[in-house]
Amino acid sequence: MVSEKDVSYVADLAHLELTPDERARMLKDLNSILGYIERLKQLDTTNVEPMAQVANRYGASKDSAGSAEFAYAMRPDELRPSLPHDGAMSNAPQTDGIFFKVPKVIER
Amino acid sequence: MNIDSMTVNSARTAVLEKQFTATALVDAFYTKIEAEDPAIGAYLTLSKERAYRQAERVDALADKGDALPPLAGVPIAIKDVLTTKGVRTTAGSKILDNFIAPYDATAVARLEEAGAIVLGKTNCDEFAMGSSNENSGFYPVKNPRDHTRVPGGSSGGSAAVIAAGTAVASLGSDTGGSIRQPGAFCGVVGLKPTYGRVSRYGLIAFASSLDHVGPFGKTVKDVALILQYMAGRDPLDSTSANLPVPNYLEQVGEPVKGMKIGVPKEYFGEGLDPEVRASVEAGIQELAKAGCEIVSISLPHTEYAIPTYYLIATAEASSNLARFDGVRYGVRAKDAKTLAEMYNKTRDAGFGIEVKRRIMLGTYALSAGYYDAYYLKAQRVRGLLARDFDEAFAKVDAIVTPTTPTPAFRLGEKADDPLAMYLADIYTVTANLVGVPGITVPCGKSKEGLPIGLQVLGKHFDEATVLKTAHVVGHALEAPCG
Repeated sequence: MVSEKDVSYVADLAHLELTPDERARMLKDLNSILGYIERLKQLDTTNVEPMAQVANRYGASKDSAGSAEFAYAMRPDELRPSLPHDGAMSNAPQTDGIFFKVPKVIER
Repeated sequence: MNIDSMTVNSARTAVLEKQFTATALVDAFYTKIEAEDPAIGAYLTLSKERAYRQAERVDALADKGDALPPLAGVPIAIKDVLTTKGVRTTAGSKILDNFIAPYDATAVARLEEAGAIVLGKTNCDEFAMGSSNENSGFYPVKNPRDHTRVPGGSSGGSAAVIAAGTAVASLGSDTGGSIRQPGAFCGVVGLKPTYGRVSRYGLIAFASSLDHVGPFGKTVKDVALILQYMAGRDPLDSTSANLPVPNYLEQVGEPVKGMKIGVPKEYFGEGLDPEVRASVEAGIQELAKAGCEIVSISLPHTEYAIPTYYLIATAEASSNLARFDGVRYGVRAKDAKTLAEMYNKTRDAGFGIEVKRRIMLGTYALSAGYYDAYYLKAQRVRGLLARDFDEAFAKVDAIVTPTTPTPAFRLGEKADDPLAMYLADIYTVTANLVGVPGITVPCGKSKEGLPIGLQVLGKHFDEATVLKTAHVVGHALEAPCG
């Protein structure tokens, strides 16, 4: 069971403040969804490898193993153009023209 | 010029044969959009400048008598989770209300290179999280077939523009059914390709191991053509597969005689609407008539797919959405005194309730003490689901199921019950977990006149068989678009 304390802790980890109303909703919804998820515990998975992604099962070159399977994804270690500075800064909420500006990081 | 019945091929042919110019075609579509879209809400942003610039380019080529590119003049719409350089790209979220993308998604760039014209960006559930489009940060989309119903989600806008005739083809994204489910609800064709078939570069990430880019169209031929010109290896997406792209269009219309079609019993059990069942069974009969062998199969772990999906998808989302913090782009909350306060206020104001719910669930599942019990457990069950499909595809060439358990539900009907909403994806999420291609094709209508979709799933990188099979059903049973 997720408690109010858990909701506060997780919200903190996720950089969310949440209103009291939202916290109450989260408590209810997380418990309802996790209750449904409980059924996974019925399955014995001791001999099943975790599958984090599809490509490691269905990589392009099935004859090779490990990183060799993904050799096609390598490229020469050469400089190539990236997003220009003004493009990268064009959506900045606050900038001095060179850097992103943010509120004070350390209290003194 | 009849734009309502226009297909990818007829649009291109008309421009090629100079029945009208690409510019006139764009004019006609914007006239229709401005008259009819406000009642539906499928578009968030119109990219007129970009569309007319591209139309002029196509018209200049035609004037010179130069060969026209393969999709020349075809008006398309792009789900607002794909970046479009110089055009507002919001992912359906208030947090990106003012975001002008500085680069193009590969799928968009490739279609434009092939001559397609981007009319605008379509509405969707915020960050592609939802099954009804009611989670859009801006306004919900209405189903063009019945304005009291949802269009499905999360690519509801991209499905609706096809049903409403306000674009000829469109792009969506599918993380757990977000192309196929709205395709079924709106009575159009929608394809989720194999994981790795189409580059995800420029797709605003929801769950990276489950996200796919794919097309919508009126016909199977149309989605085959759109897939053709965006598929293939992209050095900018390291998970895009290094495999040749076959000629898909050539396959559509090829005989299916002798093919083995698997029908999984788990997809026809409790919760399936009787009218949906009857329509899908009629579709299966069409395949039998065309000479397919219908084989009863089992995908025994099906009931575990939704819980597995909601752990993996939310875990990945909680990590991917950490980047929306008000520092580099998007809307920043004002009046924060410290950096931490700025992060929290920005995210609190910018994200809607469903996005917050998924970030919370994902963060919880990844947090100390729960990682093994939830996230790792889900990854192992994902392995079991993949095994189910390996075993099934050793016996059959394609699998046919309903796309959704019911036709389109009413606006507001499931809005307050997240779990009920998640179950709308029960027949679609497994293809994302396993990575196989899937398509929805209209196979009938309910008594109330709501479209019903049939799903065809295929082997990895075998979109050709999926398209060929869907065409047989669509061709026989598809209700005319209108």
